Amino acid sequence: MRNLVIGAVLVGLIVLAALISFLWTPFDPTQVDAALRLQGPSGAHWLGTDRFGRDLVSQLMVGARTTLYVGVVAVGVAAVIGTPLGVFAAAGPRWLGEIVLRANDIMLAFPALLLAIMFGAAFGASTLTAMVAIGIATVPSFARLARGSALQVLNTEYVLAARSAGRTGLAISVRHVLPNIAGLIIVQCSVSFGIAVLAEAALSYLGLGTQPPTPSWGRMLQESQELLAVQPRLLIVPGVAIALAVLGFTLLGDGLRDRFDPRLEGHRAQG
Amino acid sequence: MIKVENLSRVYRRSRTSPLRPRAEVHALRDVSFEIEAGRRFGIVGESGSGKSTLVRLIAGLDQPTAGAVTFDGQRVDGRSERRLSFLRRDLQVVFQDPTGSLDPRMRVRDIIAEPLVAQRIPGQAERVAELLAAVGLPADAGRRFPHQFSGGQRQRISLARALAPKPRVLVADEPVSALDVSVRAQILNLLSDLVEQFALTLVFVSHDLSVVRHVCDTVAVLRSGELVEIGDVEQVYREPRHPYTRQLVQAAPTLRGALSGVTAADLISERKRP
Repeated sequence: MRNLVIGAVLVGLIVLAALISFLWTPFDPTQVDAALRLQGPSGAHWLGTDRFGRDLVSQLMVGARTTLYVGVVAVGVAAVIGTPLGVFAAAGPRWLGEIVLRANDIMLAFPALLLAIMFGAAFGASTLTAMVAIGIATVPSFARLARGSALQVLNTEYVLAARSAGRTGLAISVRHVLPNIAGLIIVQCSVSFGIAVLAEAALSYLGLGTQPPTPSWGRMLQESQELLAVQPRLLIVPGVAIALAVLGFTLLGDGLRDRFDPRLEGHRAQG
Repeated sequence: MIKVENLSRVYRRSRTSPLRPRAEVHALRDVSFEIEAGRRFGIVGESGSGKSTLVRLIAGLDQPTAGAVTFDGQRVDGRSERRLSFLRRDLQVVFQDPTGSLDPRMRVRDIIAEPLVAQRIPGQAERVAELLAAVGLPADAGRRFPHQFSGGQRQRISLARALAPKPRVLVADEPVSALDVSVRAQILNLLSDLVEQFALTLVFVSHDLSVVRHVCDTVAVLRSGELVEIGDVEQVYREPRHPYTRQLVQAAPTLRGALSGVTAADLISERKRP
């Protein structure tokens, strides 16, 4: 329960910052001003400015948008492809399921970052290629989870009862398997969201993700790395933001896991 | 009505060594019998005797290794699920575990309506209300989820689902063995009443011969996958021919008496007496 609350608060803050940034930011996050470069925190610039004189708070707020955008698309791609694939591997014909499973294992062994770098080289570096690559690289973990939990559901007596009621393959997958694995999938989404945020930061840091002038937490790190010794603030601020985002989504996932356990649900309803 | 001919089912264990062949488990060996319409047919045997395998084969939920199952002259085995609609309409199953056989994420009304939805039978809402009343559940039970009910009530939900498509045959696989002793009699009585009310053919599976004796008129005794005795339940109970049946007759009441002091069968006979 505590995990859920802390996770929800952290994620809520990021969402709030991103939403507000559409309407208002303290300064234009892309406005360069040589006179204001490398200023420390002050009344006007709460977290100071970077080496181009851009306001850090404004960049963080707009960067939150990029972070959420990346997470939603990457996790969306992974869940929408991975979940049906996993359920099919469990419920479909055995030999086909076996093929899906082996292909999945090969994909699982393939590093996400390498895939993203290849995508970047092939399709040009951008936020979209980065998140699609991260999404595709995350498909196997969804497929594996979906298959494992679908197999469990398919072995239950209520699926047997559904078959004796006259339900066939697809209807069982849609009516019984998906609702019963949805909780686990949502948990996986939350955890993967954190991983995607981190991956986007890493890619942007490498110059393969979000391109200037769009602010991104990963790029904020990259642009300031030479100033690590002189102005550690410039790295600590986006670093902490990334860490809190990953922590928030992971805690949210953990909290949701407890929430979605059907056995615990029974106790709550009675209690 | 239901005919089982030379039915065998062999399960193959997963390999323990690449050199040795896979171990085989004979769940059923060459079982043959016939169930006539209107009968209350009991199947008795200890755990591992092949009762549940037999039920699954009769209900078309598993494929036999050898032999045939026919329902009203139509082969049940070897058919795809889509071509079993004749069986799904006329034969329904109540499973043993009242928790495991109900989808925790479905509302009770959707659970009961599932055979109707699957078989595209219209008039679902009225039928569900009718069934809730028939099995003695409150009318508002449909809106709730299975975990909000007790074991006995859940088995009532299971019964309602099985009766939904107006089947002619009801197969009950150990319907009370997961329930408290105090609730067993209620569910058994309800089952008996419903079978009578809707003129159903009953296939009743149990490990407890004394329960079968009170519910059924015919009994088949299974042991290690083989049919050892079949006949009128009173006759089998009084004059068991096979030594294994004799063991069952002797063991059941004394063991139950020792464990709980009173058997479900006793409770039924108490109700029937006045």
